[in-house]
Amino acid sequence: MSAIGHSLSASQPLILGDPGYGAITHDVAGSLEGRPGTAWWAAFLVAASALGVGVVAIGYTIAVGIGTWGLNRTVGWGFDITNFVFWVGIGHAGTLISAILLLLRQRWRTSIARAAEAMTIFAVMCAALFPFIHMGRPWLAFWMGPYPNTRGSLWVNFRSPLVWDVFAISTYFTVSLLFWYLGMVPDFGTLRDRTRGLKQRIYGWLSLGWDGSARTWQRYEKACLLMAGLATPLVVSVHTIVSFDFATSVIPGWHTTIFPPYFVAGAVFSGFAMVITLLMVTRKVMHIEYLITDKHLEQMAKVLLTTGMLVGFAYTTELFTAWYSGNMYERFTFMNRAMGPYAWAYWLMFCCNVFVPQVFWSKRLRHSAAVLFVGSLLVNVGMWFERFNIVVTSLHRDYLPSSWSHYVPTLTEVGILVGSFGLFFTCFLLFVRVAPVVAFHEVKHTLAQQREEARHAAA
Amino acid sequence: MPRLEAERGRLHALIFEDPEKTLAAVRQLKGEGFEVRDVYSPFPIHGMDEALGLRETRLAYATLIGGLLGGLGKLAFQTWVHVVDWPYNIGGKPDLAFPALVPVTFELAVLFAAFATIGTLFVGRRLWPRWRSEKAADQPHPRVTDDRFAVMVLERDGSFAPGHFRRLSAGLGPEEVIEGWRVL
Repeated sequence: MSAIGHSLSASQPLILGDPGYGAITHDVAGSLEGRPGTAWWAAFLVAASALGVGVVAIGYTIAVGIGTWGLNRTVGWGFDITNFVFWVGIGHAGTLISAILLLLRQRWRTSIARAAEAMTIFAVMCAALFPFIHMGRPWLAFWMGPYPNTRGSLWVNFRSPLVWDVFAISTYFTVSLLFWYLGMVPDFGTLRDRTRGLKQRIYGWLSLGWDGSARTWQRYEKACLLMAGLATPLVVSVHTIVSFDFATSVIPGWHTTIFPPYFVAGAVFSGFAMVITLLMVTRKVMHIEYLITDKHLEQMAKVLLTTGMLVGFAYTTELFTAWYSGNMYERFTFMNRAMGPYAWAYWLMFCCNVFVPQVFWSKRLRHSAAVLFVGSLLVNVGMWFERFNIVVTSLHRDYLPSSWSHYVPTLTEVGILVGSFGLFFTCFLLFVRVAPVVAFHEVKHTLAQQREEARHAAA
Repeated sequence: MPRLEAERGRLHALIFEDPEKTLAAVRQLKGEGFEVRDVYSPFPIHGMDEALGLRETRLAYATLIGGLLGGLGKLAFQTWVHVVDWPYNIGGKPDLAFPALVPVTFELAVLFAAFATIGTLFVGRRLWPRWRSEKAADQPHPRVTDDRFAVMVLERDGSFAPGHFRRLSAGLGPEEVIEGWRVL
């Protein structure tokens, strides 16, 4: 236990009012056993409608081709890659909470880890959608894999960052899925023992015959630590490789060595903002404010403050390097970002990502639900525009003024973006109905430790 | 559940309501020479591994082997593709451009290590899908996955003092003692 984690837990409990082990199971599992309320149905209707819009837009794109998008010869990447990077970034907070904070023994992660991991899975699904449809002929997507074929075999080029991306994203998705499922196995065992009939059979199947024996727990805890140890470098590698898509090119504004750390910090930043938004709604709807407390949100607000300053540092470093490099193309790109036709997007990004998180210096504001909610939404707006700035403004005015261009997304592209949000929230809403949204075996473990500490303090 | 096929005897279950009592009970029972076969709990109990005398798990070796197989295998494959099977000049770069092969090698190492870890855990602890959960029937109490803790004591023929066991277990403060829960 680190010094910080200890002092925090001593000053303020992570689980409020000592509900008892049974009550935690009852509250979390109970919400799965009842019927969904009107709030859930209303949210589901909105999310599913958005998903429907996306299905139409993607269907139209695949039927007609990517000529339905606003891309042109100069701006070859637009909404598609912006959205891809945005969604991959969202996913990173889940792995950070479930893996890195586990290794650092930060116990405040236990209440929120499950939901954050689920978010990772769905965000990576949304992300993978974009390169897939950007291929134009998505039915040939299997060409991205190295498989023996009748053309030689003609292999993929392993020296290309776009191929690295295929391996990075698919590995990230698979490992996150395994880790997520591993965490749920004991909880599925609990649900199996609480339910009857078909539900019991399904949860029994998913629980893999979990019995809670001390020997199983010993191996299980070790496996979780090992998976966390694997996921930690993996999550850093994934966004590093995503940034290589840009950094290994020779486009001014992309070709910078700062990109990997800058992208990873930005990913954690946007991901935590999304976790805050999602969990504030989830805990309200599920009435589990005593498990996901203001303290959890406060900790995440601190992460926002830190990573927000990291991206702010990256933005200013980029400007300095552009000036200091003496390279006229590099200088022009950054002048164009800050003062060109997309300057509004640049300053929107700058305000949302650098200035907005500064409110979290104040403890009072970190505890204000309204400030947290609006702040986290604004951070995500800012982070979306960060990717838009990187992708579009670096491209639209290239070396030759005769080929300069402007990019405006079409309705189809906006529809696909709306659809990706629809997919994300539909999946999340279905998840909270079928699986425990709080990892109760971990929360009970935290409660046991909290009781032990209280006893030591009293003695 | 440990594999008990070779064991003969009766299995008693002590049901507790909190982890501290459970841990204290295991320590005391073992100290008095009783054979504690296993403990069931809804979450891992800190210190239980030592109390039960469980050996450190060697799961990490599976992770290492998986990672080495994945990483070295993929590195060899990429080298074979670009150097042996189809050398191709891309931008004048050397065929064996090692730094460019690192990202995919790393990803595959992680992927294989993850599968090896989880696969070894699941197979080693016999965790796999069962439609009819035979293991659920092995739980001494229906709430050991919820908020109860069970300590399993094995009675072998001869070396077991029932009177001593009863007196001792009553003093440990269990919610319930299930004597002869299962005859093996």
